[in-house]
Amino acid sequence: SRCINAEYGSSGINAEYGVSTAAAPRTKYGGKTTVTLIPGDGVGPELAESVTTIFKEMAVPVEFEMIDLNREQLKDEGAFDYAIKSLKRNGVGLKGVINRSADFRHHNVEFRGNLDVYANVVRCMSFEGIKTHHTGIDLIAIRENTEGEYSCLEHESVPGVVESLKIITREKSMRIAKFAFDYAREHNRKKVTCIHKANIMKQSDGLFKACCKEVSEDYPMIKYEEQIVDNTCQQLVINPQQFDVMVMPNLYGNLVSNLAAGLVGGAGVVPSKSYGENIAVFEPGARHTWMEMKGMYVANPSAMVLSGAFMLKHLQLHEAGDVLIKAVKRVINRGEVRSRDLGGSCTTREMTRAFLAELDAIHSE
Amino acid sequence: AVVSTQVREAVVSTQSTGYANVRPAKSVPGVITPYSAEGVDCVIMRENTEGEYSGIEHTVVPGVVQSVKLITREASRNVAEYAFQYAKDHGRKNIVALHKANIMKMSDGMFLEQCREVAAKYPEISYREMYLDSACLKIVSDPSKFDVMVMPNLYGDIFSDLTAGLIGGLGLAPSGNMGKDGIAIYEAVHGTADDLVEQNKGNPTALLMSALMMLRHMGLKTHADKIEGAVLETLKERKFVTGDIGGTATNPEYAAEICRKIKG
Repeated sequence: SRCINAEYGSSGINAEYGVSTAAAPRTKYGGKTTVTLIPGDGVGPELAESVTTIFKEMAVPVEFEMIDLNREQLKDEGAFDYAIKSLKRNGVGLKGVINRSADFRHHNVEFRGNLDVYANVVRCMSFEGIKTHHTGIDLIAIRENTEGEYSCLEHESVPGVVESLKIITREKSMRIAKFAFDYAREHNRKKVTCIHKANIMKQSDGLFKACCKEVSEDYPMIKYEEQIVDNTCQQLVINPQQFDVMVMPNLYGNLVSNLAAGLVGGAGVVPSKSYGENIAVFEPGARHTWMEMKGMYVANPSAMVLSGAFMLKHLQLHEAGDVLIKAVKRVINRGEVRSRDLGGSCTTREMTRAFLAELDAIHSE
Repeated sequence: AVVSTQVREAVVSTQSTGYANVRPAKSVPGVITPYSAEGVDCVIMRENTEGEYSGIEHTVVPGVVQSVKLITREASRNVAEYAFQYAKDHGRKNIVALHKANIMKMSDGMFLEQCREVAAKYPEISYREMYLDSACLKIVSDPSKFDVMVMPNLYGDIFSDLTAGLIGGLGLAPSGNMGKDGIAIYEAVHGTADDLVEQNKGNPTALLMSALMMLRHMGLKTHADKIEGAVLETLKERKFVTGDIGGTATNPEYAAEICRKIKG
């Protein structure tokens, strides 16, 4: 059988996270790990404030290297390059969304490309305390995050005719497929569904699909199936409980993870984790800046705080991470303190205070 | 007509017709979905000739495939014009263009540019733009906020299946393909359902609704309304409905009940 491990570099698989965390370099001074924090644009800084406040109260041994990257700063090329260097050095980051700058560089996409953060993982799980159209959802959307439709290769071949290139490679498709199956295995998930549109995009999505099928053969204990993306979107609103782990190219991953996030409560409550060979980035699952609400402190910090908690677990600070996740979930499920998106009127800071109060309550249990 | 993709593509492309695909999604009484309470009543205008469906793909080197998405000013303009005129003719108040111009700046950017130019000619219709992923997030939380939506080919295909799902599935989803020179082809969105052939079990609602769209297009609104009333009433009563929506009637029985209601 083929030596997939050696070929695609997944050595030292960490039992919980399916990625090589053991070998990754860590910046540690005086027992504290330094991680990069990029609040981003829009409501990002307010959400980042929630995390820093909570981490300080919890006294977690994490030092934030805060990098302010917003539209203004990005006019200076150096700022962006510095952020990349910082992430490469620290190996771990917590990030908001950077709004597209006026020029043609797309910074969020460049981040992922430059750092090769290729696997975006969004787990969408129903919250008892949030009233939604469907319940009992627990799916994991795994999205290839460095190629596909986001290759940003466009040109106007003749005036009025634009060509936009979607790139699919065997190398990256095999890599994300392997990641998805490893992730499924490490987390005891039963089924992986490959989402594609190979009936129309026969060569590109056809290649992606073929790679997933090839990798699936090395994981006989995991059920493998394929589904066309339009049907997937339909199925998600009719019977979302049928989905387990889903693996897909970039654009479909964007749509499916946003759709699924909407099903379980929205952008305010769904965290995500993104992995590269030696890097992990944590950020809210549905990436929106919500520019109109900038500075008003109405955004729900749950997604960002949960992302921060998953980052703690990644840093092997499991106790801290688990207790923070428990606190956030309890506050959301109790439904007393609710931000706008959850039907209430609490501010970002009130939500943060509620999490802190819950943390205290858990400690005295 | 329920035809295979190849046939439809051939018809659509050779005759340069079918540049706008119209897919309404309206909650059906009697077909209860998690979204029936707030009610869905939206229309998707999908550009139907180009975009990601240009079929232009090549293997650059072994293991690297390039797929070309083509957006032209002309095709974008055509679908935008159709969308706004449709909205005006049908009394719809809002149009939102769905796109990913943050990522695909030139292609989706050009599409949006055309939408904006046409929007300026229809000041009575409110126009805005929304990222496709935001739309997916929002529509599953509150579909009642969506009215007419216009978008390029691939997004239209995916999103209209999503909206069909909100109302109960493809068995109920009609569509029309609008072409230049007034050619219009109406068809159900679903596939050929080979497993149900010759058993009289298929649900004709999608095709029937498509036919009603055609009648309205031909100016036969009174007839269309009468038939539609009978169809909705039959679906609401649920006594003679097909298996895909939870009933036990055959296709002819369902149709007979509708006829009974039309006769009064």
